[in-house]
Amino acid sequence: MTTLDDRPLGFINNDEKPVGHGRMLRKEDPRFIRGKGKYVDDIQLPGMLHLAILRSPVAHARIVSVDTMAAMSHPKVKAVVTGADLVEKGLAWMPTLSNDVQAVLATDKVRFQGQEVAFVVAEDRYSARDALELIDVEYDVLPPVVDVRKALAADAPVIRDDLDGKTDNHCFDWQTGDEAATNAVFDKAEVVVTEDIVYPRVHPAPLETCGCVADYESVDGQLTLWTTSQAPHAHRTIYALVSGLPEHKIRVIAPDIGGGFGNKVPIYPGYVCAIVASLVTGKPVKWMEDRSENLTSTSFARDYIMRGEIAATRDGKILAIRTNVLADHGAFNGVAAPLKYPAGFFGVFTGSYDLEAAFAKMTAVYTNKAPGGVAYACSFRVTEAVYLVERLVNCLAYELDVDPIELRIKNFIRPEQFPYATKTGWVYDSGNYEAAMRLAMELAGYDELRTQQAEKRLKGELMGIGVSFFTEAVGAGPRKDMDILGLGMADGCELRVHPTGKAVVRVSCMSQGQGHETTFAQIVAEEIGIAPADIQVVNGDTDNTPFGLGTYGSRSTPVSGAAAALVARKVRDKAQIIASGMLEVSVADLEWQKGSFHVKGDPSKSVTIQDIAMKAYGAGDLPEGIEGGLEAQICYNPENLTYPFGAYICVVDVDPGTAQVKVRSFTAVDDCGTRINPMIIEGQVHGGLTDGVAMALMEMIAFDEAGNCLSSSLMDYLLPTALEVPDWQTGHTVTPSPHHPIGAKGVGESATVGSPPAVVNAVVDALKPYGVRHADMPLTPSRVWDAMQGHPRPPV
Amino acid sequence: MSMQVSMTVNGEQVTEEIEGRTLLVHFLRDQLRLTGTHWGCDTSNCGTCVVWMDGEPVKSCTVLAAMAGGREVRTVEDLEQDGVLDPIQQGFMECHGVQCGFCTPGMMMTARALLDRNPDPTDREIREAISGQICRCTGYATIVRSVQWAAAAEAAFEGRS
Ligand code: FES
Ligand code: FES
Repeated sequence: MTTLDDRPLGFINNDEKPVGHGRMLRKEDPRFIRGKGKYVDDIQLPGMLHLAILRSPVAHARIVSVDTMAAMSHPKVKAVVTGADLVEKGLAWMPTLSNDVQAVLATDKVRFQGQEVAFVVAEDRYSARDALELIDVEYDVLPPVVDVRKALAADAPVIRDDLDGKTDNHCFDWQTGDEAATNAVFDKAEVVVTEDIVYPRVHPAPLETCGCVADYESVDGQLTLWTTSQAPHAHRTIYALVSGLPEHKIRVIAPDIGGGFGNKVPIYPGYVCAIVASLVTGKPVKWMEDRSENLTSTSFARDYIMRGEIAATRDGKILAIRTNVLADHGAFNGVAAPLKYPAGFFGVFTGSYDLEAAFAKMTAVYTNKAPGGVAYACSFRVTEAVYLVERLVNCLAYELDVDPIELRIKNFIRPEQFPYATKTGWVYDSGNYEAAMRLAMELAGYDELRTQQAEKRLKGELMGIGVSFFTEAVGAGPRKDMDILGLGMADGCELRVHPTGKAVVRVSCMSQGQGHETTFAQIVAEEIGIAPADIQVVNGDTDNTPFGLGTYGSRSTPVSGAAAALVARKVRDKAQIIASGMLEVSVADLEWQKGSFHVKGDPSKSVTIQDIAMKAYGAGDLPEGIEGGLEAQICYNPENLTYPFGAYICVVDVDPGTAQVKVRSFTAVDDCGTRINPMIIEGQVHGGLTDGVAMALMEMIAFDEAGNCLSSSLMDYLLPTALEVPDWQTGHTVTPSPHHPIGAKGVGESATVGSPPAVVNAVVDALKPYGVRHADMPLTPSRVWDAMQGHPRPPV
Repeated sequence: MSMQVSMTVNGEQVTEEIEGRTLLVHFLRDQLRLTGTHWGCDTSNCGTCVVWMDGEPVKSCTVLAAMAGGREVRTVEDLEQDGVLDPIQQGFMECHGVQCGFCTPGMMMTARALLDRNPDPTDREIREAISGQICRCTGYATIVRSVQWAAAAEAAFEGRS
């Protein structure tokens, strides 16, 4: 099934609300368009104090002394806390999501610019900032490790001397695939193309920065934390483990979140500082970071240096892919990924192609930069994997001088090969790649674009057409393989239908703008026939939702969405038994029609879900063995990931005089299986495409030789505005997931993952007359100019 | 150093004691508790703080509350009048111009000002009008559609189309 997305024109009927899947306006919007969203910084509690963090101005230094006397005597300051103070409380270090440790406040050394050194708690935000200026820290500056390629040099300074016996900057090694088999294929291949490909360090930079309000009530020992968290339940457990507070006395509430993109998955030192501050002062304490704190200290993304090799026959059959990766993990290994996957899901670098062999090898190192790595809608490093394979395929097309789409189609995994086990052990659930690729060609007018390009080239104009095809791996994940710090990646869901037939559904995932209040109401509505308007979705409050691992890696629909559908079916099964009693027929004689059960062959004998709900709580007997009430709870453990895919075509024009790239158009065909709300899906895709243009052309977190972060404000870290991106053209195909209860796959990160190679491929294609086969992101005018002069330079 | 400032906010006269250095965005949010206006950067780049001062959109993080003394300030909370949404607000709902909602108040204030001076803007004019602001979620196309929706709604209401 293939269709063009409808573009809303003119007036849409506000009441056109489907009972189930379909385009429906969002239930959360009435508060957002009134300025009534409630974000962390909107919370103001009586007596609340404000926390500000003093950060290291240098990348690597030994702390000689910290003098807080002057700050303490500031009239509005309530507390000043240093690393030494936290050592006394046993809170100076905390675990990261990768089982490393990270300093909450530096004790011995600072290891990146922007690292937390001390904090102040004061009566108001401005005074807290003022007092930071009064803290005097003496640093003994050490040489920093900035260039990741030199991190393992024999004379490199050792960053993590806090770890027992550590004598180098090695973080971990990892590999996947069959090395010998892959080498054998490469040895006999007719064509081998090698390219050095860098995915620079970038930052998710959600518009709302990170922060929290911690409120510790000493009388009953209860801690409430309002926080920018994409994973409130996981955070609660980790806070319990770190602080020693009993878990049942900790309540984590994520209110409205102003964008997350993976930036709000980790636990940052600031949150722990705020909790400590509330414990120390007995008052609620707010911490909101500023933009430069967000950019310099919270989770970055990517930072992979990849040597990629692709082996093929002369007539374009791709045989194998091999890669060697050097990964920059910053000063602490703060990667937020399932524990058995230190490189995330990079193992899907075989892409959408049917290969004979594949092998990847990675070395991860520590540098004097901020920690992080998995963030920015990367689907646990699928972003890097897709970029690698989609650049390599284009390099191969360049060498073979064939059309990049033809080359892809020739090598796609075919529909009848699904479920398809890749050479690195991933089982793709379903796909019809060629259909999506051909729809994208049709929507973009691919053949005409090529004709136009040829004409322009004759006139010396630089027009580029870039193609990418991606397969994502999302919905982590089966608990036998996947856990975060020992917490299995399953998700709970609870559904209560009240006596009057209105319902509340409680989910463990957490929206950061994806529209969960709408999507989850629709999922339940489709199964149980109650209008979405009558279904309240609760998320983000650990006291009021069942346990689950939260929203990142596009896992909400694949995992929590499945849980919501299944819990609704469980309630419906019970409703059917109650209905059989009401209609005095056997359960088998009932037929479900969205919203009611009727007697087979006699539709006039029917009861609605609302009638049944009233009966479930009402007077009179229920069928034997049936308890009163109409509610259920489940915990869903996915049997596999879901594998959405898509075909993207980007058209750019490059100014031959200034090397400025302009994105003229972008066509995206996505297949995320069953589509719940097409409007929301389109919005997710649009946002991701913008990220792709941003990474390809603008964004990079750069450092100078001393380890100073050069991208610490929105003046230096460039985010696209409405003028840098085109109007998006989207389309879709539908290939349901066979194992997901409603056939849906994740989509939140598809476009962020799939679009950067399309943009880069387009720019490189535009530069073909200059003999350019590869150039690294971000393709700023100066970088494009260098490529045109014959010396493309790596970004780091 | 504390001082007194008086201004009109959303049609109401307010007089408050402030520190001289208080930014308008903090004054509105923390002191008047009008939290629909947001804050998102240190460098006047993001525009999530946009409000009107004497009818012109301004970045309230870049204006001292004291500078707003004697002026008329309008925030997102004032777009809805007597329970009737501004067409801009409705457009953002109809065309999915909102995701996380963080940029939305600033975007809507700028868009309202645009339609007031140019009731029939081109897509390009809308993009230019909001180009001092950042949205990390929507990719802007749906924001452009939202503003066009409002323009069309107002034209229809006034019998212009
Ligand atoms: S807060 Fe970013 S421009 Fe005002
Ligand atoms: S809707 Fe999230 S920043 Fe615009």
